[in-house]
Amino acid sequence: MIALSLAAKVMLGAGLLGAVAGVVGAFAVLRGRSLAGDMLAHAALPGVVLAFMLTGSRNLATLSAGALATGLAAIGLMTLAVRWTRTKEDAAIGTALSTFFGLGVVLLSRVTRSEAGGNSAGLNSFLFGEPGNMLTSDLVLLAVVGGAALVIVVLLFKEFRLVSFDPDFAASQGWPATGIDLTMMALVAAITIVGLPMVGVVLMAAMIILPAITARLWTHRLQTLLMLAAALGAVAGAVGARVGHGIPAGPAIVLTAAGLFLISLLAAPEQGLVVRAIHELRLRRRVAQDHLLRSLFELTESQLAETYEPVTQFKLLRADRHWSASRLRRLLDRNQLQGLLTVAGDSVRLTPVGVRAAAEAARRHRLWELYMMRFAGAASDHVDRSADDVEHMLPASVLLELEAELSTAPGQRASLPPVPPSPHPTEEPAP
Amino acid sequence: MTPAFEIHDMTVAYHRRPVLWDIDLQVPEGKLVGIIGPNGAGKTTLIKAALGLTPLASGKVEIYGKPYAQQRKMVGYVPQRESVDWDFPVSVHDVVMMGTYGRLGWIRRPGRTQRLLAERCLEQVGMLPFAKRQIRQLSGGQQQRVFLARALAEQARIYFLDEPFAGVDAATETAIVELLQTLRGQGCTVFVVHHDLETVRHYFDYVILLNMRLVACGPVHSTFTPENLQKTYGGRLTILDAAAEAMRQGEPGP
Repeated sequence: MIALSLAAKVMLGAGLLGAVAGVVGAFAVLRGRSLAGDMLAHAALPGVVLAFMLTGSRNLATLSAGALATGLAAIGLMTLAVRWTRTKEDAAIGTALSTFFGLGVVLLSRVTRSEAGGNSAGLNSFLFGEPGNMLTSDLVLLAVVGGAALVIVVLLFKEFRLVSFDPDFAASQGWPATGIDLTMMALVAAITIVGLPMVGVVLMAAMIILPAITARLWTHRLQTLLMLAAALGAVAGAVGARVGHGIPAGPAIVLTAAGLFLISLLAAPEQGLVVRAIHELRLRRRVAQDHLLRSLFELTESQLAETYEPVTQFKLLRADRHWSASRLRRLLDRNQLQGLLTVAGDSVRLTPVGVRAAAEAARRHRLWELYMMRFAGAASDHVDRSADDVEHMLPASVLLELEAELSTAPGQRASLPPVPPSPHPTEEPAP
Repeated sequence: MTPAFEIHDMTVAYHRRPVLWDIDLQVPEGKLVGIIGPNGAGKTTLIKAALGLTPLASGKVEIYGKPYAQQRKMVGYVPQRESVDWDFPVSVHDVVMMGTYGRLGWIRRPGRTQRLLAERCLEQVGMLPFAKRQIRQLSGGQQQRVFLARALAEQARIYFLDEPFAGVDAATETAIVELLQTLRGQGCTVFVVHHDLETVRHYFDYVILLNMRLVACGPVHSTFTPENLQKTYGGRLTILDAAAEAMRQGEPGP
């Protein structure tokens, strides 16, 4: 066996734990069971201490057995409380969690007092986690349990996905939905318990929840989500354990995971805050531009018969929309940069490109107004406002439909712009 | 001939409170069946009990003369749209593939056959262009079509649809009805929980009228009558309600 330094062992262990917790935690999160992991972790504490009191051994396997026993007892009591009394699930979880944790702390204080400085010193690490105490045998246990959990997830991926999405449908096909559900929770329980000495009962829930919700921000595919959650959990574990000099490792791991979540919250595509802010800004700019172009079109509509570069006055434009002078200046500047208009002193002149864009903006607005008047019976003096809300959002396909609806011969296709015949032979598919 | 679907003397209770009393009915093969009744009449419960999702307090359900557990592969199910989380990270194609899982069995992965089947089912409901979409991006009508495609992928003989027309657009409703009629034409039996009394005659050829007990079950022309509707919708039977409440309390009333 390769001899590992303690630091390497700790990093490896924490990374492994993070990866597996991320994968099994994803199913708990998707199933809406995030808190069950938290309860299990807290309720494990009295079991750990009891197992030590009974056997006097600090062997991880023995302590884990104790943890599992009280953890399952807590889940059982909670289920009974929900089923047979009027307690709601969240209240039952909160009660079971704090009662068992309280019991654990009381037992722990008794043990440490009666054997001060003795064999029990390591038990304190179950509160906040202390991977520095890790033995090679602990690492082996972690690898075996984690590896087994991953194999089960890979084998039963189809079943897990089905049951976590739609348990009733799964049951109608004959799958034992409750049993599969319990298997998913059992995996969470197993990983929680082997992770306790490293991250601690208080913070273990974060290892279950954080990688999954972080990964969810980046992807819509379950396979990708699981792999990403594993990677994020591994990074959080390894990095957190590494920086943990002087800081307790459990909190360092959890804070690293939370940092990754925060970064994702800002930077993720689609759902990230930055991207959403940019979208919002772009939309506002487009709306302002649409309004400006339509005002320009309406103010210069009478000149269009004679010129393709109509002119209007800054004053008139301001009055038309009640813009502030500075806002209108900025708006005009932006459109001048895009080559849609030129500003000279107080006169604003549309370029030929600008006329086209302005006509398009006015067309969208009026098509919608006409549609609302003809088909929704809206009054002509009311449609302006409602068109203002809708026209900027209309996708091109809806616009084509609008045009077809409004054309004089119903059912006729929207007209195509004139396209000159190609000056050279084009390849047409043989009929 | 064995009826496609048969319920014998079935009572269903939630937390000891009966919601369906002594249901007895038979439906022959190849019918499009509307399950009609007011809110709280037990329409969804009837379907869930038939599918073995809700335990029976008494009685039995048979599909082609055998218990449901033996005939699962003959049954397709479309649950209510709101029963799942549409934010779940799966694509339209993934959801339809789930219809094939029942025949695949444990651990085996869906392969090319299943993929082609899923594509065919998506095509049938007009959703093939959306196969790659994440399900969150779908409209209500599109979600319903996806659920229907998933049931088609189960390749069943009997289909149960729970409120497939709730919150869908007119085009989807028409498309679904046409598809169900095609299924009937192929000899399938289709059960649909339905709310709109106006369209019953137009859509179905068989009805089950339900209000905590079976009011009537039979061909539309002879069963969907004003008298039976009066019995179905003319207020709940207060005695059944009182009896159910007493059973829940578990003690004789004063």
